Amino acid sequence: MLTQDQHIKLPEGSIETQTTTLNVGPTHPATHGVFQNIMELDGERIVSTEQTVGYIHRAFEKLAERRPLYQITPLTDRLNYCSSPINNMGWHLTCEKLLGVKTPKRVDYLRVIIMELARISDHLICNSIVGVDTGAYTGFLYVMQYRELIYEIYEEVCGSRLTTNIGRIGGFERNFNNTAFTKLEKFLKEYPKVLKEFENLFSRNRIFMERTQGGGAISAERALNYGFTGPNLRAAGVDYDVRVHAPYSSYEDFEFTVPVGTTGDNYDRFLVRNAEMWQSLSIIEQAYQKIQSFTGAEAEVYHADVPEYYLPKKEDVYTKMEALIWHFKIIMGEVDMPKGEVYQSVEGGNGELGFYLISDGGRTPFRLHFRRPCFIYYQAYPELVTGSMLSDAIVTMSSLNLIAGELDA
Amino acid sequence: MQALTNRAQAVNRKPMTIMEKLYLPSIAKGMGITFSHIFKKQPTIQYPEEKRPFSPVFRGLHVLNRDEEGRERCTACGLCAVACPAEAITMEAAERLPGEENLYREEKYAARYEINMLRCIFCGLCEEACPKDAIYLSETFAPANFARKGFIYGKDDLLIPDPTKDPAGFAAAKGEGQ
Repeated sequence: MLTQDQHIKLPEGSIETQTTTLNVGPTHPATHGVFQNIMELDGERIVSTEQTVGYIHRAFEKLAERRPLYQITPLTDRLNYCSSPINNMGWHLTCEKLLGVKTPKRVDYLRVIIMELARISDHLICNSIVGVDTGAYTGFLYVMQYRELIYEIYEEVCGSRLTTNIGRIGGFERNFNNTAFTKLEKFLKEYPKVLKEFENLFSRNRIFMERTQGGGAISAERALNYGFTGPNLRAAGVDYDVRVHAPYSSYEDFEFTVPVGTTGDNYDRFLVRNAEMWQSLSIIEQAYQKIQSFTGAEAEVYHADVPEYYLPKKEDVYTKMEALIWHFKIIMGEVDMPKGEVYQSVEGGNGELGFYLISDGGRTPFRLHFRRPCFIYYQAYPELVTGSMLSDAIVTMSSLNLIAGELDA
Repeated sequence: MQALTNRAQAVNRKPMTIMEKLYLPSIAKGMGITFSHIFKKQPTIQYPEEKRPFSPVFRGLHVLNRDEEGRERCTACGLCAVACPAEAITMEAAERLPGEENLYREEKYAARYEINMLRCIFCGLCEEACPKDAIYLSETFAPANFARKGFIYGKDDLLIPDPTKDPAGFAAAKGEGQ
């Protein structure tokens, strides 16, 4: 713990005689989550800050060590809860990599749709919250209706809206129904107009530009040294995207560009996220077209053939002994995994979300590690905000898209 | 930085034009957007008077199912309790006695069946695990109670109405009456 007498020196030219210690958090309306920052302030300028982690640490990695694979999916929901389907899919992809499961193309494309919808909802909330923190509440209200529509699409597929637990190892728990596709079409039709309006409100507004430009800037080199990924690294000018560099779930079939910024400040992060939403929208359109091109039996496929992990159909469970036995075996987690170590990463809502799974051949993971991008961004937070105003530090925090659930896991 | 891909596309970060620096046109533009929203359809739903339609697979509070003759379907196999990642379900099994065939469908039944709704994370894995079509996640949500104890739902809270005594309630619980 830093104390004033030991370490804190007032900057030269300061009219203050001593620094003020301010606790921002752990529960503070401006931090959107359980973050604590102990800030030393010279007037309104930040002299130094020390961040605390662990306020909502729930030991997910430890919990996962005594759970069968399918029970770990609800844990991943609670990492970055603004885009939980991406976390779920990332976990399923990890399991499939370990088990050597090849998913059909239609499943891949359906997953791409769900993941890109999640990315849109994640960027949408991040960008509109940057707006709220700079004092522009209106944009937030207008776009929330469309996040709601995205949640309704999740609801049609999996039955839940925020903590989705969507998908299973090998595919989806059920096929997409017509309502889901109707809602998706509605989204594709109406959303561009809304996003355009959102950009009109913010992107070229003088107050917004002056509030966000130059705040929380990080150079590409520093960002790489910290281990930044995702939109925050791209805003600094590095075109690194997991979807391009290590394509998963058939991302190599899609045409999209990687938006990059130049200075890595709050304004660049905002612009990169906005540009990514347009790219996501185009990916969803492409994926939807590809799905419609399937015919016959292929058009109904929604899971791979993984009898050891994918539950048999309910009708078979009620009537056939063989199916009932498999049902019990899978639910009770009595299938031994192959031995091995896998790392699978996905481009999450706010960076590279990685799953490092070690299996010793048992029924539960021997060790599971989540590579949580937020944890890495938060390490750089003092460097980003030192010397800036307190109110800019709040904007920087929301523009980094720090999610407490993911930070502490 | 050297480019890692050929897909990079720089975002548009041009300096402010004179028009944008003036700010007044921006105010007019912003106000224009805001005012145009006054005439749009309200997206707000006046809960609880008005409720939005749910998807047929919505994961709300649990119910325990009965068959058409009003017998409890649960056979207390414990699969839902095993599948529960939040460890919210407990049960005690009992053997069906002669003369109770009209109450329980199987030879074994759950004498006590409790779900702690404060532990439950509504992931729906119990519904998926049930091999007897007995536990379902319904469309009801937002439970309210005065005490924590009231959130531990027993069999009397969970079981749907008996179709022989309350056919309308049974149909509503099955989602047919709506």
